Parts: sequence; C-alpha cells; structure tokens
Amino acid sequence: MRHRIATLILAATAVTPSSALWAGEGLTLDVAGDVGLELRAFVDSPAPSTVGFERQPETWQGSIHMAPEVVIDHANGRDRFVVEPFARLDSDDSERTHVDLREATWQRVGDDWDLVVGLDVVFWGVTESRHLVNVINQIDAVEDLDEEDFLGQPMIAFGLQRSWGYLRAFVLPGFRERTFPGIEGRLRASPPVDVDAARFTRSRGNDALDAALRYSHVIGDWDLGAHLFVGTSREPRFEQSSDGEHLVPVYERMEQIGLDVQNTTGAWLTKLEAIVRSTDSDDFAAAVAGVEYTLFGLVGAADLGLLAEFLRDGRDPARAPATAFDRDLFAGARLTLNDVADTNVLLGGFVDLDSGSTSLRFEGDRRIGDAWRAEVTAQVFLDVDARDALAAFENDAFAQLSLTWSF
Amino acid sequence: MPLKFIVRAGAGVALLSHGLLTLTLWTLSATAAEGRSMPDATAGADSAAAKGHAIAARSDRSDRGFGDSEVELQMILRNRAGDEATRALRITTLEVPDETVGDKSLVVFDEPRDIAGTAFLSHAKILEADDQWLYLPSLRRVKRISSANKSGPFLGSEFAFEDFTAQELEKFDYRFVRTEPCGDLVCDVIELTPRYEHSGYTRLLAWIDQTDHQYRRIEFFDRGGEALKTLEIDAYRQYEGGIWRGHRQTMTNHKNGKTSIFVYGDYAFGVGLTDDDFVKSVLRRTR
Repeated sequence: MRHRIATLILAATAVTPSSALWAGEGLTLDVAGDVGLELRAFVDSPAPSTVGFERQPETWQGSIHMAPEVVIDHANGRDRFVVEPFARLDSDDSERTHVDLREATWQRVGDDWDLVVGLDVVFWGVTESRHLVNVINQIDAVEDLDEEDFLGQPMIAFGLQRSWGYLRAFVLPGFRERTFPGIEGRLRASPPVDVDAARFTRSRGNDALDAALRYSHVIGDWDLGAHLFVGTSREPRFEQSSDGEHLVPVYERMEQIGLDVQNTTGAWLTKLEAIVRSTDSDDFAAAVAGVEYTLFGLVGAADLGLLAEFLRDGRDPARAPATAFDRDLFAGARLTLNDVADTNVLLGGFVDLDSGSTSLRFEGDRRIGDAWRAEVTAQVFLDVDARDALAAFENDAFAQLSLTWSF
Repeated sequence: MPLKFIVRAGAGVALLSHGLLTLTLWTLSATAAEGRSMPDATAGADSAAAKGHAIAARSDRSDRGFGDSEVELQMILRNRAGDEATRALRITTLEVPDETVGDKSLVVFDEPRDIAGTAFLSHAKILEADDQWLYLPSLRRVKRISSANKSGPFLGSEFAFEDFTAQELEKFDYRFVRTEPCGDLVCDVIELTPRYEHSGYTRLLAWIDQTDHQYRRIEFFDRGGEALKTLEIDAYRQYEGGIWRGHRQTMTNHKNGKTSIFVYGDYAFGVGLTDDDFVKSVLRRTR
C-alpha cells in the first residue's frame, strides 16, 4: 500500500500537476493529495487525576499523515471514480494511528440528477462554531478537537436538481463508530474511551440501515436547507465500564429534523442552524445562531472578519450524550492578508454562559513556496468548571506546528 | 469546536477575496447596448458623452452571443523585486441573455496545489451585489460569501474584482476624449466614470481600436485622482462567430510596483452548458 502510494506520488510529480496524469479512451486519471508532519507540544504535564496519566506523553506528540487522491473521469466527467485514503501515524497514541477511506465513490451525473455510490463525506450547514445539522458522517475525533474531520460513510445518494430546489435522498448502510484517543493520547476523556466495547440500542447494531433526506434551495439572499435523518446517532453517550477503567460508547437510535438558513446582505452573513432530535433516552432541541461581518480592506488589502454565535442545547446531560455547548457564546476574529502566500490568522473562543468555562484557539497558516503550507494551532482551556465537558482537557493546553506538502 | 473551517474559508476567501468575481472580463462583457436610448447629443459635452457611449457600446456588441465558454488561465504575479508566483485555474461562463442580469461563472483552481479543487460560483448582477458561493474541498463545504467588496484584490493579484465586471455598459458614464494611434491601429480614447459610489476609482481612460473595436489599454485613477494602474490587453484572436478574446492581460500597479499577467489558453465556445451547470449543488463535484 505504502509503496503504491509512493509510486503514485512520484508519477504525479513527474508531470504538470494540473494536467491529467494519463488520458485516453475517454478516460482521464488524476492523482493529487498531501503529505504532512505535525508536532504538538503540551504546556502542562498530564493531570495525575487522569486515569492512565503515566502513559500519556509528557510534552511532545508527533505524527505524519497522508491523503492521496485518485480520480478517474470517463466521458468528460459523466462517470467519475474517486479513491481518497487517509492515514496517520502517531508517535504515542495507537488509536490515533489509523487509516480510513475518506472517499471511494462512483458518481454518475445526469442532466438534472446525480448519483453517488460508495464511501463519501457530505457537509451540511452554515455556522462556524458547531455543525449541528451535519449528521451524515461520523467525526474522526482522534484527528483534532475541532470536529472538522470525518470518516467516509457508506452511502447511496440520489440528488435531483429542480427549479424548486435540490433534493437529495440517502440510504446509509453500515455505521461508522467515532474514533477516540487511546490511553496513551492527550486531549482525551478520563477514563479513556474503549472503542472496542461500543454498544448499540438498535438490534442490528452497526449493521442497521440509516436514511436521510435533504432539501436545499437559494431564494435571493437566502440559502435554505432542511433535513430529516432516521437511524443511529453519530454522537454516543458514555457509560462507565464495570471495572471503572474505561468509558463505553453507547450509540442510540435517533430521529432528527433540522433547518439551516443563511442570509447574505452586504458584508453581513446571518446564520441559523436548529434541530429537534429524538433518541431512546432523551428528546431535545438545539440551535446555533450568529453573524459574520467582514471589514474589507482594513489595512491595505487585508480583511478582518468578525464572528459571533450563540449556542443552545436543551439535552439532559444525565441521559443524553454530553455536550460542551449547552449555553455558550462563541466569538472569533479572522485576519486574511490577501497576499501571495494566502496568509490567515484566526482567534476564536467559547465561553460557557453558566459556568464561565472558556476555551480559546489560535490558528495561523500560510503557504511557503508553491507546494508547502505551514500551520500553527494553539488551544488553551481557562476556568474550566469540573462539570463541564471540557474539564478533561484542563491540563492539555497545546501548541501545534504542521507542515503539509501538496501535490 | 469546529474552528478549522474559518481558517480554511479564510484561505479560500483570501484567494478569491470577498467579493465577487464575475469573470466578465474586459474583453468578455455581455450586457449591452442594443435598444438602449442614447444620451442626448445636443450640446458639446453631451455629444462627447454620446460618442463615448457609442464607442463603448460598439465594443460591447462585438462580444454578444458567445453562449458559453471554457478556458484555462495562468496567472503570473510579480512583485517589485521580480519574484514570481503562478496560479492556474479554469473558468466556465454562461452568457445570460437577459441584459438586466449578469453572466454566471464557475472558477476551479488547479494551482497552487494546496488549494486545488477550490471552486467559486458567481451569479453576476448589474445593479445589485452578485450571488457568490465558495467550495472548500478539504471540508467539502459550500459557503455563500459576501460580495460587498468590489475594489478588493482578485486572487492576490493587482486586478480588483470590479475590474472584471467593470465593462458592463451600464456601470459607467462615458466621454469621448480623442483619437490617436495605438501600435499599428488607431484608437478612440474614452473616459469612463464609475456610476456606483463604492468603486475604487474616480475614472478610467480606455483605448478602443477602430478596426476590431476591442479594448487595448485601460488606465485606472484612484480615489485621490492619481494614476493607480495600467492594464494592457493583447494577443487578441477572433473565434468562430466573430467573438474576440485578448489572451494576455498585463496589469501594472504604479503605486506598489507589482505586475499581474493573466495568460489565457484557447477558449472553447458552445460547449453546451446550461443553468443547471451553475447551481450551488454542482460545486460539490467540481474538481
């Protein structure tokens, strides 16, 4: 596997990257992707109260990752085959060392319809601080705390584009369990999650079939979306194992309806995501609403974007999966330099309006040369209340440098 | 805590910068002139205005009826020290016959490689803000973005977003200035005054040749009235149906010494694109 990927990388770099690697018989083959190094430094030692703290890295955690992508187009893209594996090798955490197929699809495009068969990642939603309506894919939670990395979901998805909007129906066979850092990892719960002990409330477990329907449309300044999901919740609740050494993820049946709306007027984006979810143990509603405003040309060509979002989640923490976003405020500022290196700097933070628990995150990235990108990330947790979902991370403030090479 | 998107979106938006991108390039305008009443040509000032408008309208008409097009574009960004960065992208455009609405366009990036697959969909408007969506392949996310800033830089280049839509006839008032030789041709020089208040320019001077009626050179004057940039358009070729395209556009910024050169490949016209190829849901499958 590794050898084949290396061969592909060599082959890809031997030609002009933007042109097809190979073309003939109405087929074109493209290879792209990236390879990266990541180094994390933790400010504090692991908290002695953490179960298994002696096995956690004291300060440093490094990893390498790669995500090559192979695309074969037939008949000018009418049929397309895509394979995009992902692999990470971590210096400490054997759970974070993992491989996944982010995408392995056959896609057929008709005049006003499209069909996707295979593993794919689908994104729904408009808000920045939390993706409430984005329920098709499981979160690859060992990757980052930011819940922006997803596992490929097996699906058959049929989309219909009509004058009244875009309607897409999903049949989702095969459930993907969430990944969690292992006992040797930082940024984890205490005690750690035992992914091998996962339980399901549906009788067919992770073989049960899920289904979803998504409608989206644009009317003037409004981008609208609505969805219905019936199946297994991607978000587990946790039970203590009998020996108290582990947390056991429990995946329940859920039905959910949701709405996402964005209005775009001038430099203002106004956003709302809202859901109503029914599970075996709890029924609740949740919402994220906010604004994004951009000060264009603040200094020279640089733009400053300002974000504020309010998060509310009505779930019962005793019965439903824990969330850090029960009643929180998110605020962020993003500076975009609009330079040749595409330099960006972001500072964002969450404050729990009840407990005052705060998490702040910094991200900065820029291109180096034509093919490299450097990214610095740092996150701290302040005044974290012992009952807050962030409490487990109190000693895990970190800074991270990553270098990624794209081909 | 999904903060990453914000930064990724930033990367895309840095590229595309906020605003729009109608890709109705100077040589690619499509709104036009036919059927519009001319300004009164009575007094001297009015007659200069009428003549200026007629020259711009004549150039605009020479582009009508291209239907749809596909082209690859190489951007060379050069700073004062001579350092160069290049970008490669593909642009597909659908001409919208309704003159009160602008064209639809889709831009997909191939280079630099870290942003390959980033795509940008624009539905241009004549008098209101454009509708624009950005697709970020790493997150597989489509985001509607603000198009409020038309004087901002296009893709980190010396082109502003408004430079791409500026040619829409109704966005300017015109005045004929003089006729003079330009290279081997004879050009009419006209002055363009932006009608919308948030333009980054007080006026433009444009050289339009009398043979093929194409824009050859445009000088931009900033809000302080000083010479800001000069655009030279050459490597013109005429395609089937009489459509002209300038295949090289060189924008020189006199204030910062930077130059942006846009080099176009061969245009393909009449590729059979429809409105369904320019809806939000197609962004997910652009590559």
